[in-house]
Amino acid sequence: MLDVKAGDDSSFDFLLVKYRSPLVNFLYRMVRDRATAEDLAQDVFLRVYRARKEYIPSAKFTTWLFRIATNAALNSVRDNRHQRMQVSLDAPQGDEPESVPRELPAREMRIDEHLLERDRVEFIQRAIASLPEKQRAAVLLHKYEEMDYGEIAKILGCTEAALKSLLFRAYENLRVQLAPLVNPPAPQRAGEGRSS
Amino acid sequence: MTCERVSQELISYLDGRMSAAERRETEDHLAGCAACRGRADEFRRIWSVMDELPVIEPSFGFDARVRQRVAAEPRHGWFAWFAPQARLAFSAVLLIALTVWVAKRPSSPGTPRTTGMAASTEQDFNAIQDLGVLENYDVVTKMDALSELIPSADQPTAKPDAEPTESND
Repeated sequence: MLDVKAGDDSSFDFLLVKYRSPLVNFLYRMVRDRATAEDLAQDVFLRVYRARKEYIPSAKFTTWLFRIATNAALNSVRDNRHQRMQVSLDAPQGDEPESVPRELPAREMRIDEHLLERDRVEFIQRAIASLPEKQRAAVLLHKYEEMDYGEIAKILGCTEAALKSLLFRAYENLRVQLAPLVNPPAPQRAGEGRSS
Repeated sequence: MTCERVSQELISYLDGRMSAAERRETEDHLAGCAACRGRADEFRRIWSVMDELPVIEPSFGFDARVRQRVAAEPRHGWFAWFAPQARLAFSAVLLIALTVWVAKRPSSPGTPRTTGMAASTEQDFNAIQDLGVLENYDVVTKMDALSELIPSADQPTAKPDAEPTESND
């Protein structure tokens, strides 16, 4: 990054190639939309380029990079949530008659549905997406980017102790969400449930 | 070590980022606490399940789009070093020019001098202009002789107090 700061554009290319994949993956797991994730990743790289002259190597480059990315993702998630909140549950959807209100499926039904589909990846993605934003960012940086606690704490703007507590709560939530995958129900034996 | 303390440090334990002493202490607790041991095992399994999430690659044109946007950024040459100073310098030059213009602007006759200092400065200036005449003492003393001069024939005689003649036409 110091080379980029000195005006070496080839070093910016090096940063782009090195960090594009982790950045896009992190953003994709945060916002759950590939196009949005790529747009955000482009914005992040552009912000890095624009801020190159002001870059001070007081922290690791990845901390700085993912701090920008996390802020971008959180803003995007909040903006989208605001848009989604404007869709009323009572509003008619698609071809449905106007008198039929939208129904939220029961949680057990969703789990069964996913297990039947055997779409484990989708199930895991949904479980991560269901976490509160800060917990989600903490888990993604901890689990997938393998950052140390100090780095994640700096990115999220909290203390290391607060981060450990945040991570524990996040994994507790995931323990509940991913229970069907972690502890799959035992297959029913033939004749089970039949009254003798 | 209590269950609460183990909960706080469980992630560090599973990450292997504990000191040897803390690790031994945690393992002692887990050996005797089925609830904490069960939670630790489940966390390990969750992490294993989370590894199933595939890694996606950025789309084909991603790099090109970033480079395109970077290339569209305004480039600053060596003169950019002056950028903030240029604005300051321009403001200073503008201020100086404005001051000079105001100072050089002729004052309109109807404009009253508001300050005594300005009025006295003008009087001094007029006096300095007349100094040349005042210092030429001979001219001043011979002014009376000029009044006795007889006007020549070809020069019209000024009769400022002459009555206008009535015409009989």
